[in-house]
Amino acid sequence: MPVAGRDHRDYRVNLPGLVGSGRDGPKIQLPVPERHCGVNETSLPWNAFCRKGLEREVGRWRIRLSDDAGGRMSTKHARKASDPMISGDSRKGSGALAPVPLRRQALSALAALGASAALWPSTVFAQNRPFITRPIPSTGESLPVIGLGSWITFNVGNDRVARDSCTEVMRNFFDAGGRMIDSSPMYGSSQDVIGYGLQKLGKPQRAFSADKVWISSGSAGRSQIEKSRQRWGVSRFDLVAVHNLLSWQEHLPTLLAMKAAGDIRYVGVTTSEGRRHQEIEEIMRRQPLDFVQVSYSAVERDVEARILPLARDRGIAVVVNRPFREGTLIRAVKRQPLPDWAREADCANWAEFLLKFIVSHPAVVCAIPATTSVEHVRENMGACLGRLPDEPMRRRMAAHVEQF
Amino acid sequence: MSEWWTYSLSDFLLFSARTYRRLFELYNVDIWPAQSVALALGCILLALMWRPRAGQGRYVSVILMVGWIWVAWAFHWRHFVTINWAATYFAYVFAFEALLLFVFGIVLDELTFEPRSVAHRVGFALLLFAVFVQPLIAPLTGRGWLQAEVFGVTPDPTVVATLGVVLASGRRARWRLGILPFMWCALSGAVLWTLDAPVDAVVLPIAAILVLVVARIARAPAS
Repeated sequence: MPVAGRDHRDYRVNLPGLVGSGRDGPKIQLPVPERHCGVNETSLPWNAFCRKGLEREVGRWRIRLSDDAGGRMSTKHARKASDPMISGDSRKGSGALAPVPLRRQALSALAALGASAALWPSTVFAQNRPFITRPIPSTGESLPVIGLGSWITFNVGNDRVARDSCTEVMRNFFDAGGRMIDSSPMYGSSQDVIGYGLQKLGKPQRAFSADKVWISSGSAGRSQIEKSRQRWGVSRFDLVAVHNLLSWQEHLPTLLAMKAAGDIRYVGVTTSEGRRHQEIEEIMRRQPLDFVQVSYSAVERDVEARILPLARDRGIAVVVNRPFREGTLIRAVKRQPLPDWAREADCANWAEFLLKFIVSHPAVVCAIPATTSVEHVRENMGACLGRLPDEPMRRRMAAHVEQF
Repeated sequence: MSEWWTYSLSDFLLFSARTYRRLFELYNVDIWPAQSVALALGCILLALMWRPRAGQGRYVSVILMVGWIWVAWAFHWRHFVTINWAATYFAYVFAFEALLLFVFGIVLDELTFEPRSVAHRVGFALLLFAVFVQPLIAPLTGRGWLQAEVFGVTPDPTVVATLGVVLASGRRARWRLGILPFMWCALSGAVLWTLDAPVDAVVLPIAAILVLVVARIARAPAS
């Protein structure tokens, strides 16, 4: 039996149809990542695929990873393809291959996984595209550029079937490398549903919890945040923002005090649909914010003039809500074919097209589309992969979408 | 706030159409067999409205009051609130209408009817619609029986039935007992329209407009 080392853990590779795979199959040694490691922009999200039992297509093969040590991979870290810590051993498996015609396929798959294990992240993953993250300016901590919103979509009440469906959305979100989940006490049962999902998923350590305070009374802010925390079931929130600037004069001092005490990690304010931008600019200029949340899309670009440049100047991370304009934008564009030139920015579908337009703005750290669909969350997370459009391409994208 | 004009109803909508429909499914399963009792009460209400008899207004008020209290407690307070925090306030409003029915319908006995009047006939037709047709809208539009909205246990048929009763009654009772049902018609219609459910959305506004028009035409004398 392979023994888990201090910095590495052995994983076996199951190749369906291949004799000698599974318990006796080839093993591959992967580093056990540390918590809160930085993720750079050229790294690959192999951590997302290392969950026990997860399967991925590799060419004509479906590769299944199993965790010998029986432990969970709770990683926030991604390694480059050339990472020297990754090594492999395919000798056991390669000696007991399936008969022809599977043999040739098995050999090439094993070559990818074993003998050429140094290339394994880029070889094994179906999508050989860099994973895009952005640093939070105030700390440098990196976040994947796509998060998960919960407005309307996760407000399913006590409906167990719908809660399980939301949990699957969350599972796929985390599996694809996602981190930030956003909610608010204003969103009905969404906080409870997120808490339910996090509990069922074993409280993934990679989750970045973003919530809001939304109450008129400044003195009631702290107790509302505590109730929200209990509904999420987290030890503390990563980010708490003042929802729609409601009583921000009272809440911001509370949030800053909570941050200083270590009860939360980041502080922000939010607005939506282009409202109160003048006021939010003033707050951004005068207050020590970590985050600001605004609406922004290819057809709603008001924030480009002042808010986004100001955020860059002040080192404030921008989170973008309603990237699909409550679904109306993506429903409108989906009636049209995706232009061929979208592939120059690695956009495989309209969701990636619209999201990559947003997250390619240098001030934007994260966009938070909401969905109830596993298929859609996978599409959305595709915007974390590959190239981003440059400025001429962004202008072309906006002009193209405005036609619809 | 200077930008209220930029808000639309969809900005305040917290749930999807699918979640709203599922709410009725789960609610109907949870309260079964209360629907049977409610249907029986609806039939009794129709029988009471069919011809004048002693204590008619009080018996009618009791049945309507029970319906409004039930909807306030079981639907709004216990179920709708799981997806809409504003349902707490809806529960208060429905409980207040029940209180109005108690005071003006039972204590002061202000519900009186003129069986041969146009207002009474249209009001009776609305009552028939609320008890027997509204529960069929969900199955007839492909949503299944589990989503049926039944008089006395769900808001919209209870509101339509109340409008039918107040139309059939005197002018004073119309104003006192009809204001809140009219407000609910506007709210429910707007929410359902935003949820992209046009068939459901027009039912209550049409019922409210019908009541207003018939009340205007009939000009029933004050009781």
